[in-house]
Amino acid sequence: MDRVKRTLAPYLLVLPGGLWLLLFFAVPMVTMLSLSLQEGDVVNGFVFTGHWQNYTESLADYQTQLIRSLVYGAITSIILIVLAFPVAYWIAFYGGRRKATYLFLIMLPFFVSFVLRTISWRMLLTDDGVLLHPLKAAGILPDGFNVLGTSGAVIAGLVYSFLPFMVLPIYVALERIDPRVVEAARDLYASPMTSFRKVIFPLALPGVFAGVLMTFVPASSDYVNSELLGSSETTMIGQVIQAKFLSNSDYPSASALSFTLMAVLLIGVFSYARMLGTEDVMKVAAR
Amino acid sequence: MTSSPSTPTAQPAIEFASVRKDYLSHGEAVPAVKSLDLAIAQGEFFSLLGPSGCGKTTTMRMIAGFEDPTAGKVFLAGKDVTGVAPNKRDVNMVFQSYALFPHLTVQQNVAFGLERKKVGKSDIKRRVGEMLEIVSLTGMERRQPREMSGGQQQRVALARALVNHPRALLLDEPLGALDLKLRQQMQIELKRIQREVGITFVYVTHDQGEALTMSDRIAVMNSGLIEQLGSPRDIYERPATRFVAGFIGTSNIIDGRVSWSDQGYAVLEKGPGERVVVPVPAGVAVGRDIEVSVRPEKIDLHRTLPGNVNGSLLSGTVTEVVYHGTSTNYTVATTAGSDFVVFDQNAHDAEDVASRGERVFLTWAPQHSYPIGV
Repeated sequence: MDRVKRTLAPYLLVLPGGLWLLLFFAVPMVTMLSLSLQEGDVVNGFVFTGHWQNYTESLADYQTQLIRSLVYGAITSIILIVLAFPVAYWIAFYGGRRKATYLFLIMLPFFVSFVLRTISWRMLLTDDGVLLHPLKAAGILPDGFNVLGTSGAVIAGLVYSFLPFMVLPIYVALERIDPRVVEAARDLYASPMTSFRKVIFPLALPGVFAGVLMTFVPASSDYVNSELLGSSETTMIGQVIQAKFLSNSDYPSASALSFTLMAVLLIGVFSYARMLGTEDVMKVAAR
Repeated sequence: MTSSPSTPTAQPAIEFASVRKDYLSHGEAVPAVKSLDLAIAQGEFFSLLGPSGCGKTTTMRMIAGFEDPTAGKVFLAGKDVTGVAPNKRDVNMVFQSYALFPHLTVQQNVAFGLERKKVGKSDIKRRVGEMLEIVSLTGMERRQPREMSGGQQQRVALARALVNHPRALLLDEPLGALDLKLRQQMQIELKRIQREVGITFVYVTHDQGEALTMSDRIAVMNSGLIEQLGSPRDIYERPATRFVAGFIGTSNIIDGRVSWSDQGYAVLEKGPGERVVVPVPAGVAVGRDIEVSVRPEKIDLHRTLPGNVNGSLLSGTVTEVVYHGTSTNYTVATTAGSDFVVFDQNAHDAEDVASRGERVFLTWAPQHSYPIGV
């Protein structure tokens, strides 16, 4: 009896979460997959016809937006690595007893709604807002200069939104480095720069990898930043999908685009993992 | 290369001149090393021994360059290195937790220092190979540190430091994490390697047994100062302070007043017929208060009053008997101290042991008493 209980226990523990996933993840996925192969309209209803042209047609129509999204996502991740690494490094090695406080400060913006934060960015960046107005008045910037509506504004918004997701994993990786190992590098004739290049950075790679995963994927499929900070020139694939679902009620095409985006992201992530040899890196991190 | 370890050559490998090191704690300067003058000879196996917080690790870290003295100077081979960065010092360290590079193989770990010094590829390969042979790790070049046992990691750490032929090798409690058997094995191994490579070893430990076994000289440290500096025998047989007597092995310490002295010996009367006889330098006057140390293994324990005792004699009551296999350890309450420890070699009849509560007599030869700090 005890034996039965013991063998069953792990499965019973997984059950609630498993059911949740099945109901709210697997079922919608299958529904969406089927939807992406249907034809029809909202009035007359949709019928499953295996209409794979949904994929080719939507891709042909919106490849610009898809590629733009991936480029924005990639640029965002790269900027984030550059911005987040020094912050994470400083907290991990010089944070002392206040590490938790600094991490909390990094997380603090999350306590304000995502949309509100982005709207306040819009107010900051607007042509006669607090940032640009004084600069224009002082003659530092030309009158016609604008930030809002450019790719720069969208990427800046994305970077701001996802900064904590890059800081935290890098911090965790750095925090786990034994300071004696860094001292050992210094003892073995490595300058501070070489110690960083040969020891600290390689040991922080798993964190950078996780950070890229956690920022590139959501940044590429984001639709709020471009909606609020961008223009028709910066439309991202997330906006297209959202418009098709909520405004145009073109469900099959929206589903097809969603799956295309997912497939592209998955392929990207896996080849990225391959390239970096993440398995090895992960093993080191898990020592 | 072959300089006699105990007689420092003209140029010490490492020298401290009036070094002080304070740490800031809550805005207050707390001294870790109060005042240090020290010369470590070329090729010497030198130990810094003391309890935790005595300043031994700080002293070692000042040699490596991880800490800078608050005052005073540190010299390596006669060159002032005070304030010189660790990577620009010709010393290498074996860390307490080994601190191997977890993302590198054994080969890459050991080659790290040579690569930084821009040694040629083929030279690196040869020297790493030779060093791995010395530490018996040949064939493990491609292993990752995490795939190795503690003892093996220890050897990698040793090889990684020694392969650079540093002017001195610094070892920070390198055997602390190993189990007893492996530790004893590594002690012998370390000594062998040191003889083989002829490099100055500076060994930090709180384990007096380890220090006594391996060192040419030992500096016993306590609260930021060197209490005594000398050979293992000096330190064990002739402890300079009460702290050293207590920290190195077990000591019985007797406080007393010189009752009379004669021909280089002082006698402390401890009761009717009971006395402690101790050799003293000339000029120790009658009436002076002194401390006498005597090691437990030097004392003979008698169940009946022995006749014709030449030396010290005390009587007492056994309060504890602990059987240790090779010896029996007694604790005896005497007129000169309530917890006198006596190690009695189990060389005689096994049945002839005193029991708890029994009245016994302790005797030892005059030369086995040592006056502390006289």
